[in-house]
Amino acid sequence: MNALLMSRRDAVTLAIFALVVLTMPVWLQPFGAAYPGLMQKFAIYAIFAIGFNILFGLTGYLSFGHAAFLGVGSYTAVWSFKLLTMDALPAIAFAIILSGLLAVVIGYLSLRRSGIYFSILTLAFAQMCYNLAYSVLTPITNGETSLQLNLRDPRIIDSALAPRPAGLPSAGLFGHTFTGLEGFYFCAAALLIAFFIAQKIFASPFGMMLRGIKSNQTRMNYTGFNTRPYALSAFVISGMYAGLAGALLAVTDPLAGAERMQWTASGEVVLMTILGGVGTLIGPVLGAWIIKYFENIFSAFNEQIVSRFFDFLPAGAHEVVTAVASKFVGEGWNLTLGLVFVLIVVFLPGGIMEGVRRIAHLFDKSRRAPKAPAKLSTQPAE
Amino acid sequence: MAVPNVVLHVADVHKRFGGLHALADIDLQIEEGQTHAIIGPNGAGKSTLLNVCIGKLAPTSGTVVFDGQVLTGKKPHEINQLGIARVFQTPEIFADLSVLQNVMIPALAKRDGAFKLNLLRSLDSQTTIRAEAEDMLEDVGLFGRRDTLAGSLSRGDKRRMELAMCLIQHPRLLLLDEPTAGMSRHDTNTTIELLKKIKSRGMTKVIIEHDMHVVFSLADKISVLAQGRIIADGTPDEVRGNPKVQEAYLGGTHQ
Ligand SMILES: Nc1ncnc2c1ncn2[C@@H]1O[C@H](COP(=O)(O)OP(=O)(O)OP(=O)(O)O)[C@@H](O)[C@H]1O
Ligand SMILES: [Mg+2]
Repeated sequence: MNALLMSRRDAVTLAIFALVVLTMPVWLQPFGAAYPGLMQKFAIYAIFAIGFNILFGLTGYLSFGHAAFLGVGSYTAVWSFKLLTMDALPAIAFAIILSGLLAVVIGYLSLRRSGIYFSILTLAFAQMCYNLAYSVLTPITNGETSLQLNLRDPRIIDSALAPRPAGLPSAGLFGHTFTGLEGFYFCAAALLIAFFIAQKIFASPFGMMLRGIKSNQTRMNYTGFNTRPYALSAFVISGMYAGLAGALLAVTDPLAGAERMQWTASGEVVLMTILGGVGTLIGPVLGAWIIKYFENIFSAFNEQIVSRFFDFLPAGAHEVVTAVASKFVGEGWNLTLGLVFVLIVVFLPGGIMEGVRRIAHLFDKSRRAPKAPAKLSTQPAE
Repeated sequence: MAVPNVVLHVADVHKRFGGLHALADIDLQIEEGQTHAIIGPNGAGKSTLLNVCIGKLAPTSGTVVFDGQVLTGKKPHEINQLGIARVFQTPEIFADLSVLQNVMIPALAKRDGAFKLNLLRSLDSQTTIRAEAEDMLEDVGLFGRRDTLAGSLSRGDKRRMELAMCLIQHPRLLLLDEPTAGMSRHDTNTTIELLKKIKSRGMTKVIIEHDMHVVFSLADKISVLAQGRIIADGTPDEVRGNPKVQEAYLGGTHQ
């Protein structure tokens, strides 16, 4: 009971966040992004980024290997589908446990170093996982062909409960198979729970200890804290978040490939977090959405769409603008993303959330300005 | 000799940095409830001595015993949990956290120990810890600045905050490395008063200080360190009268 209590501010944030997430199918319509496949990704990568930020944002330890946990989560979930049942919950539970265990090992070793050495160690471990998936572990990972469902899978629990369906099954919940938007709402529910837990962590004494580690680890030690287990706990929790995200990727599409563990995927979550705002609750979510939007929507734009967009320009200018702009869409979406990233990091080092804060501050000031003298007089004399 | 009330015993400690003999043959006994000042010229090895005590540096040889337990070889957080807190010569604070948070963190260390996975309860609901931290800030005169970022405090205020961070843990032994450096005369006097107040509560203190006004208002005992050796120790009056000390350190600065 006590564990569910939260400050009013956090409760309001959670309510607004829930509203925004659950109405995605509506407000994403004008952006052309309201289809289940993409919205699921929005929810899943938001979970990945929130978890990553619990480590990076609170403790300052920058992991470059979090995709390993994402991959392990996916593989575990697919195996749970193959061996036991297409139900999403056991798959998720196993994925979280296994990625958590892997995080204990990688975290225990990597956290013996800090700064760039820590980052390099996590990167090395993730690349080892990636290479293992392609070599020694092919019986488990199915190597380059990716791990997939198969008509001959035992699916012990499902087979015992009901006659086997003809084709390949899809994931579901309690015997019901997800169709339409259900998969998205399932991921959205997971996102809301993940967000809620992150809020609790941010507001807890534990979260304060993690901030202390980021701010001054020496002081933490001389204040009587054993900082190692604190940092390791944060590492494991964020690994479990990644495992959950990996499992959800498998729930929405029961397939797991090693490329999910590649360093580019680890780098992507770093970008999401920095773009949105390191150490904030909402920032990583925004970062994840923007990057996934660019990756999926911007990359699909072609010259015709751009040309139509600039139709209002006079003939000569139209050609030039279209030619230039079309370099930044389609295949060039990475270019746009890079540009946005550079602009944000240079002008808003705190990410999008810093921009939001600055704007809110401006409004605050203009609202308060006329009242300023009155406010001064109410201050107690010291 | 019976020494039942020795809290900290530094025994035959040597510390070498390469060729430099920073501490030579240090033997020091700090008695319960006393304020023991260590004075000496720059580079005498005073900070090094404290570093050896709190586990920041390992002595080349010798041992440090606190309340019957050997400190040498223990980790900094273990030494703190035994009841030793330290104010550093250059403030070690959480610069990007608020003043109140800076003081709440050590209070949590005292309550929860070296590690506790306290995930689900909110920090705001820990009203006792918060009230305790606010009282402490009141004592050091920083209550009005509790929501300021610690990094933006003046040097003197940072020291006072760091002092509050140590005091809130109610350590058995408090080590202070130049606690009034960078403070105005007025703030120095407030700090002296504060330290006197804690003394009446029976906290043992080791204090390194250049300001003789501070030393002579607080110390029960003084050890004089020069070039890594203790050249004199005793009560303030004994030390003041010691010709060796006058020559090595005090010169004519104290009449
Ligand atoms: N970690 C270290 N490595 C090498 N030499 C050191 C180290 N720490 C201190 N020293 C040297 O040991 C000697 C004693 O230094 P220490 O800081 O203990 O002096 P101090 O008495 O505190 O001086 P001050 O009054 O200036 O603070 C100095 O010569 C210093 O350069
Ligand atoms: Mg010093």
